This record gives sequence, structure tokens and C-alpha cells, in this order.
Amino acid sequence: MDNAFGEPQNIVVLGGTSEIGLAIAHHLVSPVTRSIVLACRDLAKGEQAAAALRSDTVEVSVVSFDAADTASHERVIGDIVEAHGDLDVVVLAFGQLGNGEATGADVAEAAALAHVNFTGAISASVAVANRLRKQGHGTLVVLSSVAGERVRKANFVYGATKAGLDGFAQGLGDSLEGTGARVLVVRPGFVHSAMTKGMKAAPFATTPDKVADVTVQGLRRGNRTVWAPGILRFVFSALRHVPGPIWRKLPLG
Amino acid sequence: MAVTRTSLTGWGRTNPSAAELVELFRSELPAALKEVDDRGALVRGLGRSYGDAAQNGGGLVIRLMGSATDALLDREAGTVTVSAGASLDELLRYIVPRGFFVPVTPGTRFVTIGGAIASDIHGKNHHFDGSFGKHVLRMSLQLADGSVAEIGPDRDPELFWATIGGMGLTGIVLDATIRLLRVETSRMAVDTHRLPDLDTLMDTMADGDDDAHRYSVAWIDLAAKGSQLGRSVLTRGDHARFEQLPAKHQSDPLSYGPEQLVSVPPIIPRPGLLNHVTVAAFNELWFRKAPKRKIGGIESISSFFHPLDMVGQWARFYGKPGLVQYQLVVPFGQEDAMRRIVERVSASGAASFLAVLKRFGAGNEAPLSFPQPGWTLALDMPGGAPGLGKLLHGLDDMVLEAGGRNYFAKDAHTVPETIRRGYPRLAEWQAVRRRVDPHEVWQSDLGRRLHLAGD
Repeated sequence: MDNAFGEPQNIVVLGGTSEIGLAIAHHLVSPVTRSIVLACRDLAKGEQAAAALRSDTVEVSVVSFDAADTASHERVIGDIVEAHGDLDVVVLAFGQLGNGEATGADVAEAAALAHVNFTGAISASVAVANRLRKQGHGTLVVLSSVAGERVRKANFVYGATKAGLDGFAQGLGDSLEGTGARVLVVRPGFVHSAMTKGMKAAPFATTPDKVADVTVQGLRRGNRTVWAPGILRFVFSALRHVPGPIWRKLPLG
Repeated sequence: MAVTRTSLTGWGRTNPSAAELVELFRSELPAALKEVDDRGALVRGLGRSYGDAAQNGGGLVIRLMGSATDALLDREAGTVTVSAGASLDELLRYIVPRGFFVPVTPGTRFVTIGGAIASDIHGKNHHFDGSFGKHVLRMSLQLADGSVAEIGPDRDPELFWATIGGMGLTGIVLDATIRLLRVETSRMAVDTHRLPDLDTLMDTMADGDDDAHRYSVAWIDLAAKGSQLGRSVLTRGDHARFEQLPAKHQSDPLSYGPEQLVSVPPIIPRPGLLNHVTVAAFNELWFRKAPKRKIGGIESISSFFHPLDMVGQWARFYGKPGLVQYQLVVPFGQEDAMRRIVERVSASGAASFLAVLKRFGAGNEAPLSFPQPGWTLALDMPGGAPGLGKLLHGLDDMVLEAGGRNYFAKDAHTVPETIRRGYPRLAEWQAVRRRVDPHEVWQSDLGRRLHLAGD
């Protein structure tokens, strides 16, 4: 249960090695935090991240979670609830960027990316939402991306999965109205992180820390959507209406 | 049974959760309890506790039907037997014209008898009369297994005292017999003193004069700084005797008809209307309007006890972020700690619209009852104030260090460890709860958040 300041006791990060997911966890830690669960595929890397979060009062555990293995999602979430109690904030942070236009030309790669980013995210979200509905409170934070606002050719498979996920998350949030559970959709722009290392930064590039800051503020305020940085909301409301011939030529990375 | 999922908050309108809300008569309770799932059940009164005490996310929340119309007044014994779902408001309308007053009233009359017992409420007369539980002679308690227990200080006292201040987690109080106070009039005779700072206030309250009055409380201006820190208005009063009334009131000495003047609409802009500037301005006015010293002023019950009730839904002034109350007590001898606490709140700039200081008298046998001999301070703060979380966690440490604790009915922020240190008899209470509710039917957000039922 969150307290009056929106400080959660139990935090779960799905994709527990994601830099943005971990940054959000770090920003959410307060004196009321009891447990943080990092659910990820790479347990060794998860343990490293866990060490940085752990303290006298915060129990941090790493559990095995594979976004692609949708059949396991309900059980993994159920086990977390069993071990730690109500889910206060769950951050859905996993996702793969792929290899740009090359991914869009490789059947297996494209399908695998869509499976993790979209199917896996939907499956995990539904498993979480069912729990939140039952407990009558709690927030699912879905890391979307501005890449889904208007899909660019540079990463159109990734962008398409985020477009789909974003739409799903908004609809899920609406469907949870009145149940006490909430969804917060986070739309970061280009984020400097391991996932984007070596790539040319897009305009208004940000950092995991800043995305976390915006996310935590959105949680406290009860927002349904936040952008990081906030200006991207206005940038993309303009970009959405740029005519195709111009859009295709824009130097957006 | 008609069930609707409803989002519920406490009076502070901070952390909501949704529950299946159902209105039931007492005869319907056993059947309803059979259908409770692992999210449990909880009774909710008028929702005036500030935090999440009357919420049960995902579970059943029961409004117990009942009113003061079936109250039985025993004029000779000076007691009343009343449904737990009745409010003090209803009860006062019934008993005041008949020459009686409730033994304890908080700052609002919109609390139920059940809630008064569950929070073991206190009022301005704590130093004189103790808290509500002390005046409960018996009650019937709906247990989790469907049976009803008849309990009192002499009948299963462990369960009785675990229910007093037990935050609704031992069962549902169905009805109770309460010892009343006889009054000659419905007016209060009030002395008012304006005091320049905190030290003068605490010295004045401690000089023994407090004990000559049934009611005593001080309002402190926490927006004032420096040498004015803790400037305050102390009011002390007693029920006015017949001969103290002005002649025009003597024809109807027990008349009682409190009214609500206005209600705050639900459309207060974020971040609410209360900030450091408006609060400082209000406090300045309040301080200046108080007479330097006035003895024996006559006031109505509602203006003396329930001034905020004149404004319906006043918590809405705090806007969307809501309102956070914090009430602490530190033992006598810890005046320095209280001074440091007041300084810290004042320095934080977290505007406290209302800060109230009072001397508590002796506590009672209830393991979770809040009052203990010492100084209690209650603060109202806008939930959206920056740094408020940090401030209150910091205050928790100062309070525990001084041997004090904070109040469940106000809490919306603290951690299980704070409660374990502040309430050393928690384990005793837990043992009673395990006896009467082994399957953990009674649950609340507060109970889950603070791990009241167990580790």
C-alpha cells in the first residue's frame, strides 16, 4: 500500500536490469520501502543491480523472468505476491531495440522482437493488472516510447511494438477505472543508456535518471501519461501532423 | 447482497483503494462474513480518520446500518445504549436537550460510536476524563466466526480492551453502552488567553490551572517564526451552569441545533488553496482576533468543540494532493523534544493550517490506545507540500527518541517499525486478535501497511 505521499512499500521491476527501470526503483526508495523485486533473465546482472539497491530496511530479491515465456508470467507474478504481499508499483521496463532497419528485413528477428516487446509486455501487464484489480490498489508503470508516437523508418519494428504497447496500456488504464488500480504510461525520448550506446542521440535526448524523476512525479500526481522530457509532448503533437514526404526526410536519427 | 466497488479514502483524501462497499443491518452480518475472501472485511463509519484506517483494498467494506433513533437513554444511571453505526451528531441531538453530553468528543461530531471506540478517540477533556474507551460500560461485538460476543471491562476484558483502539480489527462493534455526562445547559463557559510563545504556553498549561477546567486546548501558529515561534491561543472551558447563562438563554438552557453553514465544492484547483502565504495570513488573523485574556465567555457546543463542522467537506480546501494529519504524543519531561519538533515543523515551511497542543492525562488499559500522559501535538498539512514525507519520517524519529508515538487514526505515512517501538504492547493485542480472528477476516489498508496483525 502506498502511503499518503505515494511512497510505495513494494516495488517490482519487470526487466530488472533495465537502466530506466532501475533508475525508477532508486528514485522510489523511501523510508517506507520494504521490498524491491528485480525480475529479469540475466540473474547475475540482476544481482549486481540488487546490491546497489539493498539497505538495512529494503529487501531486494532477484527472480527469474523471461518476457518471451508468456506461459510463465502469471506464475512469476503470483510468486512475487506470495512472497512480498500487495504490489504497490510494478514497472514494466523490459524491451529490445533491435538492430534498426536490419531487424525490419529479418523475419525471425522481427518476429522475436515483436514477441518480447509487444506480446510479452501485454501478457505480463495482464498478469499484473489482474492482481492489482484484486487488491484494489497499485500502479503499473509501462515504459512506452516516443518512437511509438509516429513510427520512424530507422527503427520501425521497435517503434511499432511501442505504438501497440502504448495503445494497449492506455486502454488497460481505462479498463481499470474504478477498480483502484492505475496505469501510468511513460514516453521517453532518446535515452542515453547501454541500449543506445554508440547511437547518435536524437534531439531532446535524456537520461535514465531524468526519466525516473518524471515517472516518480507522475506517480505522485496520479497522472496517466508522462513524457520525458516534458517538451516532447508538444514536439510530437507537431510531428504527428508533418506530411509524409517531409517526415521521411527529417534527420531524426 | 448489493455490492458496489467504490474508491475510498480517509478524510485526508490521500491514498485511495477500491473495495466492495456494502450497507448491512446487523442481522445480515453473519451471512455476509461467510462469503469473505482472502482480502477480508472491515467496517467503516463516517470515514473521518485521516489516513487509510477505514479502507480495505480489494476486500469487503461494511457500512453498518443504525442510528441514534433506537438509542436507549437511562436517565437515572446517566447512560445510553446506542447502535455503533450512530454518529455523535445524532446522539448529541438526542441527549443534549435531555441534559446529557457525550463523555468525549473529538473535533468533529461526524464520527460513529463504533469509530469512537475503534480509535479510542480523545478530546479537549483528556486530562480530565481520559479517552472514549474509559466510558464504555459494555458492548456487543460481531466476531469473525459469525457469533456475537458480549464484552466489557469485567467481561472478557482482554477482548474488550483490544477492541478499544483496535482500529476495527477485532470485530464489528454492534452497540455499546456509554456513560454520559450530565449538563445543566448546552453552552460552554470559556476562558481564552493569547500567549506570545511556546514556552509561555507550556508553562501556563502546566501550572495546574488546566486541571481546574474540564476542557483545555491550545492552537499554535506554526507559520510564525523567530521570537514569535509557538505564539498561541489557549482556550479552557467547562459546561456552563444555568446561572452563568445570559437571561435570554435561560428560558431554553438546553437548546441544541448545530447547523452547517456552507460546504466546499469538489472543484478546488490543484494544488489546493492552502499554501504558506494563505495559511500565514489566516493564522495572523486568528491570532489577532483572539482576545488577550477573556474569562467566562459563553459559547455554543458546536463553536467550542466542532468549529470545522460548520464548513462541510473542508478537507477539499487542500485540493487534489489532499491533507495529511500528524498527531504525536511525547511524555511529560520531554518538553525540549516538543520544542525541537515545533521548531522543525516551523522551519520546514510545510504550512500547518491547524496546529493543536494539548496536555494528556492518564492512559487506559487498551494496548493500542494512543493517549499517554504527556503533550500531544496535532498538525494539518497539505499533502502536496514538498519534502513533507521527509519531514514526517524525521518527526517519527524525534517522537520515538522522546518515548512517544503517533496516532493510528491520523496516520497515513509511517512504517511498521515505528509502530512497534511506539506501541510496545502490540504483541499483546496481536495475541487477542489471533484468538478471536485466527483466519484474519478483519483487514484494513492501515493494518496491511503497518503489519498490525503480525510481522
